[in-house]
Amino acid sequence: MELQLRGITKRFPGVLANDRVDLTVRPGEILGLLGENGAGKTTLMNILYGLYSADEGEILVDGVPRTFSGPGDAIAAGIGMVHQHFMLVPVFTVTENVVLGVEPTRGPGIINMRQARRDVAEISSKYGLEVDPDALIESIPVGVQQRVEIIKVLFRDAEVLVFDEPTAVLTPQEVEEFFGILRGLRDAGKAIVFITHKLKEVLEISDRICVLRRGRTVGERAPGEVDEATLAEMMVGRPVELVVQKAPARPGEVVLEVDDLMVFDDRDHPRVKGVTMSVRAGEIVGVAGVQGNGQTELVEALTGMRHPFSGAIRVLGEVVTRESPRGYHQRHVAHVPEDRQRAGLVLGFTVAENLILDSYYGEPFSHWIRMDWDAIRGTGRRLVEEYDIRTPSIEIPVSNLSGGNQQKVIVAREFSRDVRLIIASQPTRGLDVGSIEYIHERIIRQRDTGAAVVIVSTELDEVMALADRLLVMFGGRIVADLDPTSVTSAQVGLYMAGATP
Amino acid sequence: MSTGEEPQVSEPTSGEEASLFEELTGVGLEWRTAILVPALAVFSAMVVGAIIIAVTDIDALRLLGTNPGTALAEMWDSIWGAYKWLFLGSMGSLRAVSETLVQATPLILAGLSVAIGFRAGLFNIGAQGQLLVGGMFALFVGFSIHVPVYLHVPLALLAGALGGAIWGAIPGLLKARTGAHEVITTIMMNFIALRLVDYYLKSSWYQAAGRDDPVSKPIEVSAQLPKLFGFLERSDVRAHLGIVVALLAAYGVYWLLFKTTVGYEFRAVGYNPHGAKYAGMSVTWLIVGVMAVAGALAGLAGSDRILGVLHRGTPGFAGTIGFDAITLALLGRSHPWGVVASGLLFGALRAGGQEMQVNTDISLDLILVIQALIVVFIAAPALIRAIYRVKTAREAERLTTGWST
Repeated sequence: MELQLRGITKRFPGVLANDRVDLTVRPGEILGLLGENGAGKTTLMNILYGLYSADEGEILVDGVPRTFSGPGDAIAAGIGMVHQHFMLVPVFTVTENVVLGVEPTRGPGIINMRQARRDVAEISSKYGLEVDPDALIESIPVGVQQRVEIIKVLFRDAEVLVFDEPTAVLTPQEVEEFFGILRGLRDAGKAIVFITHKLKEVLEISDRICVLRRGRTVGERAPGEVDEATLAEMMVGRPVELVVQKAPARPGEVVLEVDDLMVFDDRDHPRVKGVTMSVRAGEIVGVAGVQGNGQTELVEALTGMRHPFSGAIRVLGEVVTRESPRGYHQRHVAHVPEDRQRAGLVLGFTVAENLILDSYYGEPFSHWIRMDWDAIRGTGRRLVEEYDIRTPSIEIPVSNLSGGNQQKVIVAREFSRDVRLIIASQPTRGLDVGSIEYIHERIIRQRDTGAAVVIVSTELDEVMALADRLLVMFGGRIVADLDPTSVTSAQVGLYMAGATP
Repeated sequence: MSTGEEPQVSEPTSGEEASLFEELTGVGLEWRTAILVPALAVFSAMVVGAIIIAVTDIDALRLLGTNPGTALAEMWDSIWGAYKWLFLGSMGSLRAVSETLVQATPLILAGLSVAIGFRAGLFNIGAQGQLLVGGMFALFVGFSIHVPVYLHVPLALLAGALGGAIWGAIPGLLKARTGAHEVITTIMMNFIALRLVDYYLKSSWYQAAGRDDPVSKPIEVSAQLPKLFGFLERSDVRAHLGIVVALLAAYGVYWLLFKTTVGYEFRAVGYNPHGAKYAGMSVTWLIVGVMAVAGALAGLAGSDRILGVLHRGTPGFAGTIGFDAITLALLGRSHPWGVVASGLLFGALRAGGQEMQVNTDISLDLILVIQALIVVFIAAPALIRAIYRVKTAREAERLTTGWST
């Protein structure tokens, strides 16, 4: 089945989300739909799925114009969508989730579970989607949950499958498996739309790449004829520095010393099991590792969010082991937290209020207990300008900003103080190319002005590119101290997996 | 990202959708949105109230079969009469306005108590208990010391605030230290307070000499809140200084919430306790602090009943003010000025309702029905939006959130 979008235009108040977008996807091909956050990819797909109606333009299925007034129509026409956030019932089994809403019945109102199970097993073996039909959703990993979503779509006889940022939630290994599944579906004659903002992935998997920028199709390329830099430029609209440019580090005095640190998690399990490390002024130390090897707890301990069980932490020679988060702030430690919406921001607060979140209690923002809103607004406007935070006003809730701009709010707040040590966890997770470039540049600038920097990230490429020294964390311990310029990512990957090369 | 002219707003972020809590309490809503739903809720409740008046008019209903014209006219008369007396009884004369103020004062104070809790993300269901304990403290100071009025009234009010603060701080402490949910603990504290009041009113500390029933000694005249229109020498104009206290308290809450670091911390905890911790705030003590302030406000409401109206303690001195306060805070969108406005509205309903009951054959219960309907409409904002086909800013925004990844 061939699907064609022709001249799709969609306006929202104040925004032209799609501007005469043309798109065709044919059976047996994977179309990569590439664009930054806010480029209009999801709007386009929601129009295709019947969730929105286009202001102009038409959708053609095998050359016949169709209108979809809801997902039901789209599904009936053979279009299936796998959303970024799964829509599964956690306490139901795989089979129950797959048939939900279209249960095979024998007699009125009686579900034919045996039939359903058989169908699910058949689909999963046909397309190489290994799934236990009887497993509960809550008991299976995210990668397998995604397969359940795919089976759901196939069960409804979809010929066109749309994947919205499918790799965002997957580990690198799961991404590889997922790509295998995609290729299998393509070879079985399905038409696939793969929405992403990740350049590497789109080059690896697509047969054709379509780039959207600010609601418009800016070009279509075959993966063989472009490279990452070209795609990035098409996506952002200007040349983008994909390689981090930095001068060699000039390490100075020791700023952070960690001595045999033990940290327990909320359930009293040891997560950090004797970490010793030191970080000097003017250097970036990267901490690589697979998620869940104690990095989260290490960062929490290094920022006062969690008290260590034993060991010692010193900042500029001063023991701060059991200091509060405020104690760390006051010792010129900046913290870019892992979960920016949960910890780093108060989403209901305005941009200006968030920009003073950890310095509101002192001059110049308050005098005794009286807040000085003029001073706060002044600083807010200055930081929005200086850190290029895209917001119509400093008085709107920070929840209205895009992820990249929310992260810039945090970075602006943390870096604009007199900072001697920066602890940044997953500083660019979920951000698009332009924002990543910007945040990397800011981190390096801080290093060059003499701050000690710790970057904790599960994105190996990112730590390799940024770090002057690379530590690998596995099972709660630092298992390697490497020079990132003299190791390959494959070698680091082995350390991350717990092997000793 | 550093190119591109238009700002990227309205992207979906996990925290963006208005939560049920936000919808209910109005915390975090833009003010026009915040006002729209309550205003329409009040209007709708009055309309449904009118229908109820019509269909409970038995005589008119009987006539409906034989003489529908007369029946409808009679129903109209009932509705007209009810709402006319509601208006006259609440605003038609100095006495009416005075009654409205008298009724509104404790409602405003208790409403502020619940509202400040909402702002900090806490459901303070315990205003009733805090009101009772505060009232008992004020009562004790009211009859046990002998000082001039300019000392006695402030001291009694202070004692009331202190009593409420203590009663509020206990669930706060329980939550902060053990995680016990404040909804459960405050409800339980209400029962404890209720029984304590019964007990103490029959104890030798409180009970009036020569009485067997739980009635306290009267407070000294010097502890009575001075009448606002005392110079008129009219005993039916009861308005007293309490309303001034309530308005000052409302301003105080406004100032605290929006102009001070303490309020900034309260609000931060309300939106995101984890973010507050990150920002270096002591979440534990903030929760205790919020509950103490909320308790103090409710305690003032109880004191107002004792010092301003009753001048002695009886088991029912708090009525259901502490529970009506929850309605009030919801209607007022947890904003001090909103609470003042809805407090005045509820006060007017009560004052007018009494006049309505006297002059028509419609029961005062209609007021309770209208209040309950207001809650229903507030709690189901989707219903209001469907009826009036209005979109809140947030909803419109939610529709536009899908356009990016």
